[in-house]
Amino acid sequence: MTATDALPQQPRIAWQTGRVHAILDETSRVKSIILEPATWSGHWPGQHVDIRLTAEDGYQAERSYSIASPPEEKLLTLTVERVDGGEVSSYLLDELRVGDALEFRGPIGRHFIWSRTRGGPIFLVAGGTGITPLMAMLRHRRRSLAHTPASLIYSVRSLADAVYRDELDAMAQDDRDLRLVYALTREQPSNWSGHWGRVNEMLLANNSFAREHDPSIFVCGPTGFVESISSMLVKLGFDPFSIKTERFGPSGG
Amino acid sequence: MDRPPVSRGFRSTRQASEATRLPPGQYLTTDFPVLSAGPTPEIRVADWKVGLQLGGSLLGKWTWDEFEALPQSKITVDIHCVTKWTKFDTVWQGVSFDDLLRAAGVSEPPSAYVMAHCDGGYTTNLPVADLVAGRAMIATRYEGLPLAPAHGGPARLLVPHLYFWKSAKWLRRIRFMPNDEPGFWESRGYHNYGDPWREQRYDGD
Ligand SMILES: Cc1cc2nc3c(=O)[nH]c(=O)nc-3n(C[C@H](O)[C@H](O)[C@H](O)COP(=O)(O)OP(=O)(O)OC[C@H]3O[C@@H](n4cnc5c(N)ncnc54)[C@H](O)[C@@H]3O)c2cc1C
Repeated sequence: MTATDALPQQPRIAWQTGRVHAILDETSRVKSIILEPATWSGHWPGQHVDIRLTAEDGYQAERSYSIASPPEEKLLTLTVERVDGGEVSSYLLDELRVGDALEFRGPIGRHFIWSRTRGGPIFLVAGGTGITPLMAMLRHRRRSLAHTPASLIYSVRSLADAVYRDELDAMAQDDRDLRLVYALTREQPSNWSGHWGRVNEMLLANNSFAREHDPSIFVCGPTGFVESISSMLVKLGFDPFSIKTERFGPSGG
Repeated sequence: MDRPPVSRGFRSTRQASEATRLPPGQYLTTDFPVLSAGPTPEIRVADWKVGLQLGGSLLGKWTWDEFEALPQSKITVDIHCVTKWTKFDTVWQGVSFDDLLRAAGVSEPPSAYVMAHCDGGYTTNLPVADLVAGRAMIATRYEGLPLAPAHGGPARLLVPHLYFWKSAKWLRRIRFMPNDEPGFWESRGYHNYGDPWREQRYDGD
């Protein structure tokens, strides 16, 4: 007998058809899809859904997208970046319209999640669209009026590439417990006083929490980004077990 | 379940010839993406050891040099990650689980399940039936080169007929257990067995 029979079975996370409620332009390469699920029993910030597209001839493609909206909201927000020549991201950005049906299932994953009940501050490091699941955490933190100290380092090519920038800036402005740091890797405004170039150990050290405060650390972005950030964090002395990572794309950078 | 809704305007951009070799919901990639729960550990082969454990005792343990001296096998296989990528014709070298048992002087596996334990504390559970008869190895080389740390080097389990998280990276110990128990991903929403051809991605699939 195989192992499948030995453990109690969980109910299957069923495919369902949601309706596209709205589509927002975030940046020139990124849109948010606001989805109305048929049924939803809530999610943890950090979880994702799987999307499944079906062509006329029956061909199907599946991809994962993190949930950017907090559990407090009934509508689900997915934030999708264009991958050049990408089969599913191109469809979601170019073809999908408000009112369309979209097949998906979720919520999925119980590792890369934040729960307030754990206590301790949260230290978030995002590369590009890796901000998506971290945004769900920050939105949840705000909606639940949690005073959890939080710090976000957000690495983007330029300010114009920063998804949710207005919302993040507004969040940070009136919240002394939230620190927001952009790292601009390619283009900086002429009066830019923030960080230039890639995230380095110094930037991490200066914007994280002391180890004694036992921060939960979440790193999300392209594979190369996550690899380099997480190994710097280990070098800085953070417990590898406190560092949760999610890697989006196959390519480095 | 009802027929899924057709996604208006969606067409495959893939080669039809890929289709029969791809498990459901998977797509072909030529990159080698990385999936792990946390940071990549740095492991020096000088400090590396791997063990085969039953209860409180070790059936066998090998240093890097001893492990390298065991019979080597080479295989070419397709690998399937639960995050949906599949890679064709990957070439691996290492020690088959059969040869490892033989080297430990074990003629019959002592129980029906194992837990693979890794650096970083990660674990994954497997039925022994999925490891024996040439179905699994401990791989140390990928495409002829030492396995990179991000891909599980110096040594990882390779169980190519299951989703790739079962091919535990940074392997340190294989523990025989009388009853099945869930490992790291298996207790965090992922399927206990993980057969890609039956699309057993998540709990309950
Ligand atoms: C758990 C999880 C959560 C995710 N969450 C999000 C999210 O919130 N937002 C989001 O936009 N994406 C997210 N992704 C990535 C997403 O699932 C797809 O991989 C992505 O949209 C590309 O799919 P595609 O069909 O457009 O490209 P494909 O047709 O699959 O790929 C086309 C080409 O681009 C390469 N490629 C694929 N992905 C990337 C990438 N990210 N960067 C660079 N090159 C790439 C491929 O190797 C291939 O050569 C997530 C992935 C995972 C595993």
